Amino acid sequence: MSATILIWSLTLAHLMLVLAMACNVYRVIRGPRAQDRVLCLDAMYVNAMLLVLTFGMRTGSTHYFEAALVIAIIGFVSSVALAKFLMRGEVIE
Amino acid sequence: MTHIESLPAWAALLTALFVLIGASLTLLGAIGTLRFHRFFERVHAPTLGTSWGTGAIVISSMIFFTVLQSRPVFHEILIGAFITVTTPVTLMLLARAALYRDRAEGREDVPPHPAALRRKASSGGED
Amino acid sequence: MNRVLPYPLLAASLLIMWMLLNAFTLGHFVLGAAISMIATHAMTSLQPSKPRLRRWQLLPRLAAIVMLDILRSNLAVATIVLQGRRRERVSGFVAIPLELRDRTALALLACIVTSTPGTAWVEYDTDTEILLIHVLDLIDEDGWIELIKNRYESLLLEIFE
Repeated sequence: MSATILIWSLTLAHLMLVLAMACNVYRVIRGPRAQDRVLCLDAMYVNAMLLVLTFGMRTGSTHYFEAALVIAIIGFVSSVALAKFLMRGEVIE
Repeated sequence: MTHIESLPAWAALLTALFVLIGASLTLLGAIGTLRFHRFFERVHAPTLGTSWGTGAIVISSMIFFTVLQSRPVFHEILIGAFITVTTPVTLMLLARAALYRDRAEGREDVPPHPAALRRKASSGGED
Repeated sequence: MNRVLPYPLLAASLLIMWMLLNAFTLGHFVLGAAISMIATHAMTSLQPSKPRLRRWQLLPRLAAIVMLDILRSNLAVATIVLQGRRRERVSGFVAIPLELRDRTALALLACIVTSTPGTAWVEYDTDTEILLIHVLDLIDEDGWIELIKNRYESLLLEIFE
């Protein structure tokens, strides 16, 4: 019984996180200005990382954790670079 | 799904509760980015997902793997710490970039630079 | 002590991170200790300013207050998102004159303000020492100034200065 509840709530969490990523994709495409797009790209990598973490719980393997950590690190570096680009028009000065 | 069935009931329910809390907070944050109308309002929305959205999912993952492998598994806390430290950096840089761009375009709805404000006040005093 | 371990806190957190990522065994302890020593020695060439913690025993209290505040404002922002356009809501910028000078304390305050949903750190001017934050649900401006100054700044001043 409790296993069924956990499986269903994990499925529901997958759906919610995918929906959240869809909202972010919509804002990335529509976003009136460049800063809105970068903001939602930033939110999107966090949501992708959370999705990978919940996948790890579904499969019961801890290997997904490393993937999530790599997504978090690369996502942070890329959004900092994009924000810097918005400020000055170049990444390295 | 055999590994999920081997979990005791209390751990399964606790994991399910925290996963649902985290996922729904993240979803609400994403909906917020759609609903708010200006950039500086949208900045607030993703922090829902990065504060307790991430926190709840990390807690649930820790409970799940600790009970499943019957040994303490705490490495997920690294993700929580990493996200807590890095999100403010990104958001601050973005907010400053947006402010800079808005000021460069001369938009009326952002406050002027504090130094410019002071210069204006002191030159107004001399007139 | 200073020659061997220039940044003891950094070395300790690197060691903990290494053991969390691998395993809590003696072998990984030795390997992690060696790597954190090399990494902290590499850090000395960057010459970061050393933070001084005057009263570190207040840090857990600050952490508890911040966690609770983040939880509360999470719920507040979630209700704002759910209510949508049904409620009139004014958002705006608040300028706060700060007394805090220490760079580490300012960084910590920035982390607190930004990771709380509903408030976002926008700009800090080092000349005028005025902090500009953006508040999503701005009801009274003075209340927010009081909140930041009394709740966080006074505690950070006690810890760092």
